[in-house]
Amino acid sequence: MLCLVPLLWLLWDTFTGNLSANPLEDITHRTGLAGLRILVATLAVTPLVRISGWSHLMRLRRLIGLFAFFYVTLHLGTYLLFDQFFSLAGIVEDVAKRPYITVGFSGFLVLVPLAVTSTNKMVKRLGGARWKALHSLVYAAAAAGVVHYLWLVKIDTRDPTIYGVIVVVLLASRLWSKRVKRPS
Amino acid sequence: MPIRRAPDIISSEITEESLYWDRRKFIGASAGAALAALIPVAPSLMRTRQDEKLTPYDSVTSYNNFYEFGVGKDDPKRNAHTLRTRPWTVAVEGAVHKPKVFDIEEILRKYPAEERIYRLRCVEAWSMVIPWMGFPLASLLKEVEPTSKAKYVQFVTLHDPEQMPGQRRTVLPWPYMEGLRLDEAMHPLTILATGLYGKMLPNQNGAPIRLVVPWKYGFKSIKSIVRIRLTDQEPPTSWNQVLAREYGFYANVNPDVSHPRWSQKKERRLGKIRKQDTLPFNGYADQVADLYAGMDLSRYY
Repeated sequence: MLCLVPLLWLLWDTFTGNLSANPLEDITHRTGLAGLRILVATLAVTPLVRISGWSHLMRLRRLIGLFAFFYVTLHLGTYLLFDQFFSLAGIVEDVAKRPYITVGFSGFLVLVPLAVTSTNKMVKRLGGARWKALHSLVYAAAAAGVVHYLWLVKIDTRDPTIYGVIVVVLLASRLWSKRVKRPS
Repeated sequence: MPIRRAPDIISSEITEESLYWDRRKFIGASAGAALAALIPVAPSLMRTRQDEKLTPYDSVTSYNNFYEFGVGKDDPKRNAHTLRTRPWTVAVEGAVHKPKVFDIEEILRKYPAEERIYRLRCVEAWSMVIPWMGFPLASLLKEVEPTSKAKYVQFVTLHDPEQMPGQRRTVLPWPYMEGLRLDEAMHPLTILATGLYGKMLPNQNGAPIRLVVPWKYGFKSIKSIVRIRLTDQEPPTSWNQVLAREYGFYANVNPDVSHPRWSQKKERRLGKIRKQDTLPFNGYADQVADLYAGMDLSRYY
Protein backbone atom coordinates (compact mmCIF):
# COMPACT_ATOMS: atom_id res chain seq x y z
CA MET A 1 0.00 0.00 0.00
CA LEU A 2 1.25 3.42 -1.00
CA CYS A 3 0.61 4.69 2.50
CA LEU A 4 3.49 2.64 3.81
CA VAL A 5 5.95 4.34 1.49
CA PRO A 6 6.69 7.34 3.74
CA LEU A 7 7.40 5.09 6.69
CA LEU A 8 9.55 2.68 4.75
CA TRP A 9 11.42 5.51 3.11
CA LEU A 10 12.00 7.15 6.48
CA LEU A 11 13.22 3.91 8.03
CA TRP A 12 15.50 3.32 5.08
CA ASP A 13 16.98 6.81 5.33
CA THR A 14 17.37 6.47 9.09
CA PHE A 15 19.26 3.23 8.96
CA THR A 16 21.42 4.13 5.99
CA GLY A 17 22.41 7.37 7.69
CA ASN A 18 20.69 9.38 5.04
CA LEU A 19 19.01 11.78 7.41
CA SER A 20 20.38 15.26 8.02
CA ALA A 21 22.66 16.34 10.83
CA ASN A 22 19.48 16.76 12.86
CA PRO A 23 17.82 13.37 12.37
CA LEU A 24 15.20 13.80 15.08
CA GLU A 25 13.97 16.94 13.38
CA ASP A 26 13.79 15.02 10.09
CA ILE A 27 11.75 12.25 11.66
CA THR A 28 9.37 14.72 13.28
CA HIS A 29 8.88 16.64 10.05
CA ARG A 30 8.52 13.64 7.81
CA THR A 31 5.99 11.84 9.99
CA GLY A 32 4.01 15.05 10.36
CA LEU A 33 4.08 15.75 6.65
CA ALA A 34 3.06 12.18 5.82
CA GLY A 35 0.19 12.44 8.29
CA LEU A 36 -1.02 15.69 6.78
CA ARG A 37 -0.70 14.48 3.21
CA ILE A 38 -2.51 11.23 3.85
CA LEU A 39 -5.22 13.03 5.81
CA VAL A 40 -5.74 15.35 2.86
CA ALA A 41 -5.84 12.29 0.60
CA THR A 42 -8.59 10.88 2.82
CA LEU A 43 -10.62 14.03 2.24
CA ALA A 44 -10.12 13.67 -1.50
CA VAL A 45 -11.56 10.15 -1.71
CA THR A 46 -15.25 11.03 -1.76
CA PRO A 47 -14.93 13.86 -4.32
CA LEU A 48 -12.77 11.55 -6.42
CA VAL A 49 -15.34 8.77 -6.23
CA ARG A 50 -18.05 11.18 -7.27
CA ILE A 51 -16.14 12.43 -10.26
CA SER A 52 -14.76 9.11 -11.43
CA GLY A 53 -17.52 6.77 -10.40
CA TRP A 54 -14.94 4.39 -8.87
CA SER A 55 -17.12 3.48 -5.92
CA HIS A 56 -14.77 0.73 -4.76
CA LEU A 57 -12.42 3.49 -3.60
CA MET A 58 -14.78 4.19 -0.72
CA ARG A 59 -13.68 0.98 0.96
CA LEU A 60 -10.13 2.28 0.98
CA ARG A 61 -11.09 5.50 2.68
CA ARG A 62 -11.11 3.98 6.15
CA LEU A 63 -7.71 2.40 5.67
CA ILE A 64 -6.22 5.63 4.34
CA GLY A 65 -7.74 7.57 7.23
CA LEU A 66 -6.27 5.17 9.76
CA PHE A 67 -2.87 5.47 8.13
CA ALA A 68 -3.13 9.22 8.56
CA PHE A 69 -3.85 8.67 12.24
CA PHE A 70 -0.90 6.27 12.39
CA TYR A 71 1.55 8.84 11.07
CA VAL A 72 0.14 11.61 13.25
CA THR A 73 0.58 9.33 16.25
CA LEU A 74 4.19 8.62 15.23
CA HIS A 75 4.71 12.35 14.85
CA LEU A 76 3.29 13.07 18.30
CA GLY A 77 5.23 10.16 19.77
CA THR A 78 8.50 11.49 18.36
CA TYR A 79 7.79 14.84 19.97
CA LEU A 80 6.77 13.33 23.30
CA LEU A 81 9.83 11.12 23.45
CA PHE A 82 12.66 13.05 21.82
CA ASP A 83 11.57 16.63 22.44
CA GLN A 84 10.10 16.25 25.88
CA PHE A 85 11.35 12.88 27.13
CA PHE A 86 7.84 12.34 28.41
CA SER A 87 8.26 15.21 30.83
CA LEU A 88 4.66 16.00 31.71
CA ALA A 89 5.53 19.49 32.90
CA GLY A 90 7.30 20.27 29.65
CA ILE A 91 4.47 18.91 27.55
CA VAL A 92 1.81 20.78 29.47
CA GLU A 93 3.76 24.01 29.20
CA ASP A 94 4.24 23.59 25.47
CA VAL A 95 0.61 22.76 24.81
CA ALA A 96 -0.52 25.67 26.95
CA LYS A 97 1.93 28.31 25.80
CA ARG A 98 2.89 27.53 22.22
CA PRO A 99 -0.08 28.07 19.91
CA TYR A 100 1.27 25.88 17.15
CA ILE A 101 1.53 22.99 19.61
CA THR A 102 -1.89 23.75 21.08
CA VAL A 103 -3.51 23.52 17.68
CA GLY A 104 -1.45 20.50 16.65
CA PHE A 105 -2.33 18.61 19.79
CA SER A 106 -5.99 19.53 19.39
CA GLY A 107 -5.91 18.15 15.86
CA PHE A 108 -4.61 14.87 17.24
CA LEU A 109 -7.29 14.79 19.91
CA VAL A 110 -9.99 15.21 17.25
CA LEU A 111 -8.56 12.27 15.31
CA VAL A 112 -8.71 9.93 18.31
CA PRO A 113 -12.49 9.43 18.44
CA LEU A 114 -12.48 9.17 14.66
CA ALA A 115 -9.93 6.37 14.78
CA VAL A 116 -11.75 4.65 17.62
CA THR A 117 -15.12 4.73 15.79
CA SER A 118 -13.67 3.63 12.48
CA THR A 119 -14.82 -0.02 12.76
CA ASN A 120 -17.99 -1.49 11.27
CA LYS A 121 -19.23 -2.29 14.77
CA MET A 122 -18.89 1.36 15.72
CA VAL A 123 -20.74 2.51 12.63
CA LYS A 124 -23.64 0.21 13.64
CA ARG A 125 -23.55 1.34 17.24
CA LEU A 126 -23.62 5.03 16.42
CA GLY A 127 -25.96 4.75 13.50
CA GLY A 128 -25.21 6.18 10.09
CA ALA A 129 -26.32 9.74 10.68
CA ARG A 130 -24.49 10.16 13.99
CA TRP A 131 -21.35 8.51 12.66
CA LYS A 132 -21.36 10.81 9.65
CA ALA A 133 -21.80 13.85 11.86
CA LEU A 134 -18.90 12.79 14.09
CA HIS A 135 -16.64 12.04 11.18
CA SER A 136 -17.26 15.39 9.56
CA LEU A 137 -14.84 16.53 12.24
CA VAL A 138 -12.05 15.21 10.05
CA TYR A 139 -12.09 18.59 8.34
CA ALA A 140 -11.43 20.25 11.68
CA ALA A 141 -8.48 17.92 12.18
CA ALA A 142 -7.15 18.70 8.72
CA ALA A 143 -7.53 22.42 9.35
CA ALA A 144 -5.73 22.06 12.67
CA GLY A 145 -2.91 20.25 10.89
CA VAL A 146 -2.56 23.00 8.32
CA VAL A 147 -2.57 25.76 10.94
CA HIS A 148 -0.06 23.82 13.05
CA TYR A 149 2.25 23.64 10.02
CA LEU A 150 1.65 27.29 9.12
CA TRP A 151 2.47 28.46 12.64
CA LEU A 152 5.74 26.56 12.92
CA VAL A 153 7.48 27.51 9.68
CA LYS A 154 9.91 30.36 10.07
CA ILE A 155 8.90 32.37 7.07
CA ASP A 156 8.31 30.24 4.00
CA THR A 157 4.54 29.82 4.22
CA ARG A 158 4.22 28.52 0.68
CA ASP A 159 3.76 24.82 1.46
CA PRO A 160 1.36 25.13 4.42
CA THR A 161 -0.69 27.60 2.38
CA ILE A 162 -0.93 25.14 -0.50
CA TYR A 163 -2.24 22.44 1.85
CA GLY A 164 -4.66 24.98 3.29
CA VAL A 165 -6.02 25.80 -0.12
CA ILE A 166 -6.42 22.11 -0.93
CA VAL A 167 -8.31 21.45 2.31
CA VAL A 168 -10.60 24.42 1.69
CA VAL A 169 -11.31 23.28 -1.87
CA LEU A 170 -12.07 19.73 -0.71
CA LEU A 171 -14.34 21.01 2.06
CA ALA A 172 -16.10 23.31 -0.37
CA SER A 173 -16.68 20.45 -2.79
CA ARG A 174 -18.19 18.31 -0.02
CA LEU A 175 -20.47 21.12 1.12
CA TRP A 176 -21.47 21.82 -2.46
CA SER A 177 -22.42 18.21 -3.11
CA LYS A 178 -24.42 18.13 0.14
CA ARG A 179 -26.34 21.20 -0.95
CA VAL A 180 -27.06 19.60 -4.31
CA LYS A 181 -28.27 16.38 -2.65
CA ARG A 182 -30.70 18.13 -0.33
CA PRO A 183 -32.60 20.72 -2.34
CA SER A 184 -34.10 23.26 0.02
CA MET B 1 36.84 13.15 16.86
CA PRO B 2 36.15 15.61 14.08
CA ILE B 3 35.49 14.03 10.73
CA ARG B 4 37.66 15.71 8.18
CA ARG B 5 36.62 15.44 4.58
CA ALA B 6 37.89 17.54 1.76
CA PRO B 7 35.14 19.70 0.28
CA ASP B 8 34.65 19.51 -3.48
CA ILE B 9 37.55 21.55 -4.74
CA ILE B 10 37.05 23.76 -7.76
CA SER B 11 40.07 25.10 -9.58
CA SER B 12 40.00 28.52 -7.98
CA GLU B 13 40.02 26.88 -4.57
CA ILE B 14 43.23 24.98 -5.27
CA THR B 15 45.16 28.21 -5.51
CA GLU B 16 43.57 29.33 -2.31
CA GLU B 17 44.66 26.18 -0.50
CA SER B 18 48.32 26.90 -1.29
CA LEU B 19 47.89 30.52 -0.31
CA TYR B 20 46.35 29.27 2.89
CA TRP B 21 49.34 27.14 3.73
CA ASP B 22 51.67 30.01 2.87
CA ARG B 23 49.74 32.04 5.33
CA ARG B 24 50.22 29.36 7.95
CA LYS B 25 53.98 29.70 7.55
CA PHE B 26 53.50 33.43 7.93
CA ILE B 27 51.49 32.83 11.07
CA GLY B 28 54.21 30.56 12.39
CA ALA B 29 56.74 33.30 11.84
CA SER B 30 54.67 35.87 13.65
CA ALA B 31 53.33 33.40 16.18
CA GLY B 32 55.24 34.96 18.98
CA ALA B 33 53.74 38.38 18.47
CA ALA B 34 50.25 37.01 17.79
CA LEU B 35 50.28 34.79 20.85
CA ALA B 36 51.49 37.58 23.06
CA ALA B 37 48.54 39.67 21.95
CA LEU B 38 46.11 36.80 22.51
CA ILE B 39 47.27 35.59 25.89
CA PRO B 40 45.05 37.69 28.13
CA VAL B 41 42.01 36.69 26.09
CA ALA B 42 42.73 33.18 24.80
CA PRO B 43 41.76 30.99 27.75
CA SER B 44 38.23 32.38 27.95
CA LEU B 45 37.89 32.48 24.17
CA MET B 46 38.55 28.79 23.89
CA ARG B 47 36.57 27.75 26.90
CA THR B 48 33.67 25.42 26.23
CA ARG B 49 31.95 23.13 28.69
CA GLN B 50 34.02 20.11 29.59
CA ASP B 51 31.99 17.61 27.65
CA GLU B 52 31.49 19.74 24.55
CA LYS B 53 32.50 17.94 21.41
CA LEU B 54 33.08 19.55 18.06
CA THR B 55 30.22 19.08 15.63
CA PRO B 56 31.51 16.85 12.80
CA TYR B 57 32.65 18.63 9.65
CA ASP B 58 30.03 16.75 7.67
CA SER B 59 27.23 18.15 9.80
CA VAL B 60 28.60 21.68 9.87
CA THR B 61 28.80 21.74 6.09
CA SER B 62 25.54 19.97 5.23
CA TYR B 63 23.03 21.50 7.65
CA ASN B 64 22.79 25.18 6.84
CA ASN B 65 20.33 28.03 6.85
CA PHE B 66 21.42 30.01 3.81
CA TYR B 67 18.20 30.93 2.04
CA GLU B 68 20.15 32.45 -0.86
CA PHE B 69 20.54 28.83 -1.96
CA GLY B 70 17.15 27.46 -0.94
CA VAL B 71 15.20 27.21 2.29
CA GLY B 72 15.91 23.56 3.05
CA LYS B 73 18.76 22.69 5.36
CA ASP B 74 20.30 20.53 2.65
CA ASP B 75 19.81 23.05 -0.15
CA PRO B 76 22.93 25.19 0.42
CA LYS B 77 25.33 22.26 0.18
CA ARG B 78 23.57 21.08 -2.97
CA ASN B 79 23.23 24.47 -4.64
CA ALA B 80 26.02 26.72 -3.44
CA HIS B 81 28.49 25.54 -6.06
CA THR B 82 27.30 28.38 -8.31
CA LEU B 83 28.75 30.96 -5.94
CA ARG B 84 31.95 32.49 -7.33
CA THR B 85 34.19 33.34 -4.41
CA ARG B 86 36.99 34.78 -6.59
CA PRO B 87 37.35 37.56 -7.35
CA TRP B 88 35.79 38.93 -4.15
CA THR B 89 35.94 42.31 -2.52
CA VAL B 90 34.73 43.69 0.77
CA ALA B 91 33.99 47.42 0.72
CA VAL B 92 34.49 49.00 4.12
CA GLU B 93 32.92 52.45 4.15
CA GLY B 94 30.70 54.93 5.93
CA ALA B 95 31.73 56.79 9.07
CA VAL B 96 35.43 56.01 8.68
CA HIS B 97 38.49 58.13 7.97
CA LYS B 98 40.00 55.65 5.54
CA PRO B 99 37.32 53.84 3.55
CA LYS B 100 38.72 51.04 1.46
CA VAL B 101 37.71 48.26 -0.88
CA PHE B 102 39.63 45.19 0.25
CA ASP B 103 40.38 42.31 -2.03
CA ILE B 104 39.75 39.04 -0.21
CA GLU B 105 43.33 37.92 -0.86
CA GLU B 106 44.56 41.05 0.86
CA ILE B 107 42.40 40.31 3.87
CA LEU B 108 43.65 36.73 4.05
CA ARG B 109 47.26 37.94 3.89
CA LYS B 110 46.94 40.87 6.27
CA TYR B 111 44.87 39.26 9.02
CA PRO B 112 46.24 35.86 9.94
CA ALA B 113 43.45 33.45 10.74
CA GLU B 114 43.50 31.81 14.13
CA GLU B 115 41.36 28.93 15.31
CA ARG B 116 38.31 29.93 17.34
CA ILE B 117 36.11 27.15 18.66
CA TYR B 118 32.69 28.67 19.18
CA ARG B 119 29.20 27.49 19.90
CA LEU B 120 26.65 28.47 17.29
CA ARG B 121 23.05 28.65 18.51
CA CYS B 122 20.34 28.98 15.90
CA VAL B 123 17.12 30.77 16.77
CA GLU B 124 15.36 27.54 15.74
CA ALA B 125 16.76 25.95 18.93
CA TRP B 126 19.53 23.75 17.58
CA SER B 127 23.23 24.32 18.09
CA MET B 128 26.70 23.26 17.03
CA VAL B 129 30.29 23.65 18.18
CA ILE B 130 32.43 24.83 15.28
CA PRO B 131 36.20 25.33 15.01
CA TRP B 132 36.26 28.48 12.92
CA MET B 133 39.36 30.02 11.36
CA GLY B 134 39.12 33.79 11.60
CA PHE B 135 40.41 37.06 12.92
CA PRO B 136 38.89 39.78 15.09
CA LEU B 137 36.60 42.14 13.18
CA ALA B 138 38.16 44.85 15.33
CA SER B 139 41.44 44.48 13.41
CA LEU B 140 39.78 45.34 10.11
CA LEU B 141 37.75 48.18 11.61
CA LYS B 142 40.82 49.69 13.25
CA GLU B 143 42.54 49.87 9.88
CA VAL B 144 39.78 52.05 8.38
CA GLU B 145 39.63 54.26 11.50
CA PRO B 146 35.98 54.76 12.48
CA THR B 147 35.06 58.41 13.09
CA SER B 148 33.36 59.66 16.23
CA LYS B 149 30.05 59.40 14.39
CA ALA B 150 30.34 55.64 14.06
CA LYS B 151 27.94 53.93 16.47
CA TYR B 152 26.89 50.84 14.50
CA VAL B 153 28.30 48.52 11.89
CA GLN B 154 26.16 47.28 9.02
CA PHE B 155 26.96 44.18 6.97
CA VAL B 156 25.61 43.26 3.55
CA THR B 157 25.70 39.96 1.68
CA LEU B 158 26.19 39.56 -2.06
CA HIS B 159 23.07 40.16 -4.13
CA ASP B 160 23.25 38.20 -7.37
CA PRO B 161 20.32 35.90 -8.20
CA GLU B 162 22.35 34.35 -10.97
CA GLN B 163 24.89 33.02 -8.50
CA MET B 164 22.42 32.66 -5.65
CA PRO B 165 19.28 31.02 -7.07
CA GLY B 166 17.38 31.32 -3.81
CA GLN B 167 17.35 35.08 -4.32
CA ARG B 168 14.98 34.63 -7.24
CA ARG B 169 12.23 34.21 -4.63
CA THR B 170 11.70 37.04 -2.16
CA VAL B 171 11.64 34.76 0.84
CA LEU B 172 13.61 37.50 2.54
CA PRO B 173 14.25 40.95 1.12
CA TRP B 174 17.61 40.71 -0.65
CA PRO B 175 20.42 41.40 -0.10
CA TYR B 176 20.67 39.92 3.39
CA MET B 177 21.68 42.58 5.87
CA GLU B 178 22.82 42.50 9.46
CA GLY B 179 24.25 44.89 11.99
CA LEU B 180 26.00 45.24 15.31
CA ARG B 181 26.51 48.00 17.79
CA LEU B 182 30.07 49.28 17.54
CA ASP B 183 31.10 47.86 20.91
CA GLU B 184 29.73 44.44 19.90
CA ALA B 185 31.66 44.68 16.63
CA MET B 186 34.88 45.61 18.41
CA HIS B 187 34.53 42.86 21.01
CA PRO B 188 37.36 40.29 20.92
CA LEU B 189 34.89 37.44 20.47
CA THR B 190 33.51 38.89 17.24
CA ILE B 191 35.37 37.50 14.26
CA LEU B 192 35.35 37.50 10.52
CA ALA B 193 35.72 33.84 9.61
CA THR B 194 37.42 32.63 6.44
CA GLY B 195 37.68 28.95 7.26
CA LEU B 196 36.59 26.10 9.45
CA TYR B 197 38.26 22.88 10.51
CA GLY B 198 41.51 24.25 9.15
CA LYS B 199 40.10 24.48 5.64
CA MET B 200 38.71 27.36 3.60
CA LEU B 201 35.02 28.04 4.19
CA PRO B 202 32.82 25.87 1.98
CA ASN B 203 30.40 27.96 -0.07
CA GLN B 204 27.41 26.78 1.95
CA ASN B 205 28.98 28.15 5.13
CA GLY B 206 29.24 31.67 3.77
CA ALA B 207 32.43 31.71 1.71
CA PRO B 208 34.71 33.47 1.33
CA ILE B 209 34.20 35.58 4.45
CA ARG B 210 31.47 35.74 7.05
CA LEU B 211 30.78 37.11 10.50
CA VAL B 212 30.61 35.00 13.64
CA VAL B 213 29.07 36.52 16.76
CA PRO B 214 28.82 33.53 19.07
CA TRP B 215 26.69 35.03 21.81
CA LYS B 216 23.88 35.89 19.44
CA TYR B 217 21.46 33.77 17.46
CA GLY B 218 22.98 32.41 14.28
CA PHE B 219 21.07 34.65 11.89
CA LYS B 220 23.26 37.55 13.09
CA SER B 221 26.34 35.79 11.74
CA ILE B 222 25.92 37.03 8.22
CA LYS B 223 27.55 35.12 5.38
CA SER B 224 29.36 35.97 2.12
CA ILE B 225 29.92 39.60 3.06
CA VAL B 226 30.57 42.21 0.36
CA ARG B 227 30.05 45.42 2.30
CA ILE B 228 30.73 46.68 5.81
CA ARG B 229 29.41 50.13 6.61
CA LEU B 230 29.85 52.17 9.76
CA THR B 231 26.88 54.36 10.59
CA ASP B 232 25.36 56.40 13.38
CA GLN B 233 21.92 54.79 13.07
CA GLU B 234 20.86 51.30 14.06
CA PRO B 235 20.96 49.56 10.67
CA PRO B 236 18.02 47.53 9.31
CA THR B 237 18.47 43.77 9.57
CA SER B 238 16.72 41.30 7.28
CA TRP B 239 14.86 39.09 9.74
CA ASN B 240 13.77 42.11 11.73
CA GLN B 241 12.44 43.66 8.54
CA VAL B 242 10.17 40.71 7.79
CA LEU B 243 9.16 39.65 11.31
CA ALA B 244 10.00 42.41 13.76
CA ARG B 245 8.04 40.82 16.58
CA GLU B 246 10.09 37.65 16.35
CA TYR B 247 13.59 38.82 15.42
CA GLY B 248 15.12 41.83 17.08
CA PHE B 249 18.31 43.75 16.43
CA TYR B 250 20.21 42.40 19.41
CA ALA B 251 19.19 38.72 19.17
CA ASN B 252 21.28 37.79 22.20
CA VAL B 253 20.87 34.13 23.09
CA ASN B 254 18.56 34.23 26.11
CA PRO B 255 16.66 31.27 27.57
CA ASP B 256 14.42 33.69 29.45
CA VAL B 257 13.11 35.47 26.38
CA SER B 258 11.13 33.08 24.27
CA HIS B 259 10.53 33.44 20.58
CA PRO B 260 6.84 34.38 20.24
CA ARG B 261 6.07 30.95 18.81
CA TRP B 262 8.51 28.67 20.63
CA SER B 263 10.53 28.49 23.79
CA GLN B 264 14.27 29.27 23.88
CA LYS B 265 14.90 27.47 27.15
CA LYS B 266 16.37 24.40 25.54
CA GLU B 267 18.26 23.52 22.41
CA ARG B 268 19.15 20.43 20.46
CA ARG B 269 22.93 20.15 20.25
CA LEU B 270 23.41 18.26 17.01
CA GLY B 271 24.75 14.80 17.68
CA LYS B 272 23.08 14.57 21.06
CA ILE B 273 19.73 12.96 21.71
CA ARG B 274 18.58 14.80 24.78
CA LYS B 275 17.91 18.49 24.50
CA GLN B 276 20.09 20.64 26.72
CA ASP B 277 19.53 23.88 28.57
CA THR B 278 20.29 27.03 26.63
CA LEU B 279 22.77 29.31 28.39
CA PRO B 280 22.42 33.07 28.66
CA PHE B 281 24.50 34.65 25.90
CA ASN B 282 25.18 31.13 24.64
CA GLY B 283 27.59 30.56 27.50
CA TYR B 284 29.61 33.71 26.87
CA ALA B 285 27.90 35.77 29.57
CA ASP B 286 31.05 36.43 31.56
CA GLN B 287 32.61 38.02 28.49
CA VAL B 288 29.70 39.99 27.05
CA ALA B 289 27.00 40.52 29.66
CA ASP B 290 28.42 43.88 30.69
CA LEU B 291 27.81 45.21 27.18
CA TYR B 292 24.13 45.12 28.09
CA ALA B 293 24.24 46.27 31.68
CA GLY B 294 21.01 48.03 32.54
CA MET B 295 19.26 47.00 29.30
CA ASP B 296 15.90 45.31 29.49
CA LEU B 297 16.74 42.22 27.44
CA SER B 298 13.11 41.24 26.94
CA ARG B 299 12.52 44.60 25.32
CA TYR B 300 15.77 44.69 23.36
CA TYR B 301 15.57 41.17 22.06
